[in-house]
Amino acid sequence: MAFYRPAPWQKPLALVLLAVLLALPTVLDSLDQSFYIGFATRVLIFALAATSLNLVLGFGGMVSLGHAAFFGAGAYVAAICQQAGLGEALLALPLAMLGAGLLALVVGAISLRTRGVYFIMITLAFAQMVYYLFISARAWGGDDGLALTERLRFAGFSLADDAALYYLALGALAVVMLLLGRLAEARFGRTIQAIRENETRMEALGYPVFRHRLVCFALGGALAGLAGALLANLTGLASPALLQWTQSGTLLVMVIIGGVGYLYGGVVGAVMLLLLEEVLLGFFSHWHIVLGLLLLAVVLFAPKGVAALFGRSRG
Amino acid sequence: MTQLILEQALNGLQFGLMLFLLAAGLTLVFGIMDCINLAHGSLYMVGAYFVAAAAQAADSFWIGLGAGVAGAAVLGLLLELSLFRQLYRRDHLSQVLATFALILIANEAVRVIWGPAPLMLNPPEALAGPVEFVLLGDTFFYPAYRLLIIGVGLAVGGLLYLLVAKSRVGMWVRAGAANREMTEALGINVRALFTAVFVFGAALCALAGGLLGPLLAVQVGMGESVLILAFVVIIIGGIGSIRGAFIGALIVGSVDTLGRALLPTLLRVLLPGDAAATLGPALASILIYLLMAGILFFKPQGLFPARA
Amino acid sequence: MAEALLEVRRLSRRFAAVDALKDVDFSVDAGEVHALIGPNGAGKTTFIHHVSGALQPDAGSVHFAGRDVTRLSMHQRVAAGMARSYQITNIFRGLSALDNVALAVQGRPDAGSSFRFWRTVRSEVRLFEEAQACLEQVGLGKQGVSIAGNLSHGEQRALELAMALATKPQLLLLDEPMAGTGPEESARMVELIEHLARHVTILLVEHDMDAVFRLADRISVLVNGQMICTGTPETVRNDAGVRRAYLGDHL
Repeated sequence: MAFYRPAPWQKPLALVLLAVLLALPTVLDSLDQSFYIGFATRVLIFALAATSLNLVLGFGGMVSLGHAAFFGAGAYVAAICQQAGLGEALLALPLAMLGAGLLALVVGAISLRTRGVYFIMITLAFAQMVYYLFISARAWGGDDGLALTERLRFAGFSLADDAALYYLALGALAVVMLLLGRLAEARFGRTIQAIRENETRMEALGYPVFRHRLVCFALGGALAGLAGALLANLTGLASPALLQWTQSGTLLVMVIIGGVGYLYGGVVGAVMLLLLEEVLLGFFSHWHIVLGLLLLAVVLFAPKGVAALFGRSRG
Repeated sequence: MTQLILEQALNGLQFGLMLFLLAAGLTLVFGIMDCINLAHGSLYMVGAYFVAAAAQAADSFWIGLGAGVAGAAVLGLLLELSLFRQLYRRDHLSQVLATFALILIANEAVRVIWGPAPLMLNPPEALAGPVEFVLLGDTFFYPAYRLLIIGVGLAVGGLLYLLVAKSRVGMWVRAGAANREMTEALGINVRALFTAVFVFGAALCALAGGLLGPLLAVQVGMGESVLILAFVVIIIGGIGSIRGAFIGALIVGSVDTLGRALLPTLLRVLLPGDAAATLGPALASILIYLLMAGILFFKPQGLFPARA
Repeated sequence: MAEALLEVRRLSRRFAAVDALKDVDFSVDAGEVHALIGPNGAGKTTFIHHVSGALQPDAGSVHFAGRDVTRLSMHQRVAAGMARSYQITNIFRGLSALDNVALAVQGRPDAGSSFRFWRTVRSEVRLFEEAQACLEQVGLGKQGVSIAGNLSHGEQRALELAMALATKPQLLLLDEPMAGTGPEESARMVELIEHLARHVTILLVEHDMDAVFRLADRISVLVNGQMICTGTPETVRNDAGVRRAYLGDHL
């Protein structure tokens, strides 16, 4: 697949979108539909989580099936912080990123020694390990998860209002998109994309491939942790369900639907999938069948979409 | 105490053998076709449902088991011909996506057909009670049905070993796992071989699902956790190796079972009560993953890599 | 006596039951063009893989610039001053020629860290100036903006060379640089290598005997995983063992 290069309309479009999203809570309020602010926040948070996976999968070329571990770990760190009296988001969110990032560093250090099918299975297995670890830890609520007794505060301001949390999530997503957009065109971004395209060649050009991959993997983990911490604030709970491997699968689906390796792929995918879920669930409680068939259709009839991206990194 | 250890050791063996049935088919699909199949656990689940439904209809566990295994084989055949055949040549990401889609479909379909409540599957009546046996002058009891599972597991394991190690088809399979291009160059009908391996793997799934049905609940989602354990088995044993799958399955089965049973007790001896109560269950539940990480660190290709 | 730049001592490697390399002694002196020849399947590519660090030997050692590099990984050897080109063209086909070489420049230790996350590569003028210089060295000075995948086969081979050069190597491992090129392109490649040889030591693996005898200061012959002869082109041409094993019908 090609190296990332922003389309000329990308930046103006992103700014317009940002303006629309800034106005959204006010608009929803005036329409008496403020219920949807929570949903919109959820979409933003999943957009962030999917984007973090896109960094690993799309830019780094690593098919990780264990991303939920970092997502969930971030949620737990936020909940633990809140319970321990660290209610300040400016403290708790970086800690969540640090915790998830360190976890990703350890998982990556072991799994990145392997390739292909092995890597997929190992990331999955480690994520499962993290899942079991959390549900067997009674101090962290076991099966029930760990509840936040109240939302974090941001620089002293309460996030109890849904709109406030929405703006925090929007701000986080906007900053991350800006940073990743820069990263993709900076040395590091070029390097990891080149490694995705041709690992051996990069070794032969003197690049420490493993180290670059690991940093990319850990960075993706940290950003997933940020998303998880935000989600725990939205739902008031760090739930073991966030750590489940199906969550990794869902994030993967979002990235693929949205476009692997496109800066906004994760965002587009998260919006599409969550909207689809919201709409279909209204009609049909077994909407997973529809989603499954849809995905099969994507794989079978749009092979270029997925295959062209990773065909070369195989074998 | 001896009764406990012996019982848990047998439970571990039984669990390990069932894991082997799952991992055997999967490791060949991975090894020979270089294809990742997340839906293997779904075949296990659907197989268990087939067995349970057929057993209820026929009012016989054995007929149910036979019909269920046959049904899963047919389902495997249809899946291979319609979908997997197209996936082998595709990249791993497509395989992950397509088989993840299959899981979503399978779970929902089972929910639609059989409802959200677990199905009950009773063991054959003749095997419902415990067996009594004497060892070193002590009398022990062990459920007869679990002994049957051990017997079947060992028999199938032996049969698989003979098939793969001694037969001509087995030679092709081993050659395919070690070097696919070479096998194709030798003019072996790789397509038919792939189909056969896949169908066989599906049948083994249903066998494991049916046999475990009376011990565990037959319910939606039962496939996923066991799928990941099968992955751990394959990672430990080495992709494409039946021997590796066998050894890996026994290791995972016994370490997991014995760890859960004995580790909390052991820790209580070593640590103060509070710490032991917190650490025991947590450590026991992640023991096999730690083991996997340890093995990977020293042997990234697993214990018995099929590819040189 | 001049210290050898590359010295390989008693290198052995077995694959299954086959001795791919057996007790190979080999050295390249600073400044020379040393060609490695041998019939197909003699183990030339395996040998290059061991020198470059893609494979690890069962026994023996590789010394480079006075340092034991046997246990170093490929990228560490590149950083130490050893660069290689590939037999099958191995470039980033979707990038421009200039971007390809800039990536190679960026990988060099003295070009600074690749862990930079903010500043765009496009604004790093120095990378592209050096890359442009490398392109000019191989005669692709005007092709910088072309997408690498659209270049002719000969140009792609030259680009491959430019990427290796961009790592500023002391030793250049060229694995069949003429592979698949036509006579005209071959001639140009020979000229190019001749030109490069003035600045850098070259270990050349090549099938094209005209090119080998024209370029090489010394030639080593690998047959069945064993180095059977090393010497000037004249010595090798007249060596009975070489004639018997390999050159027979070429000369």
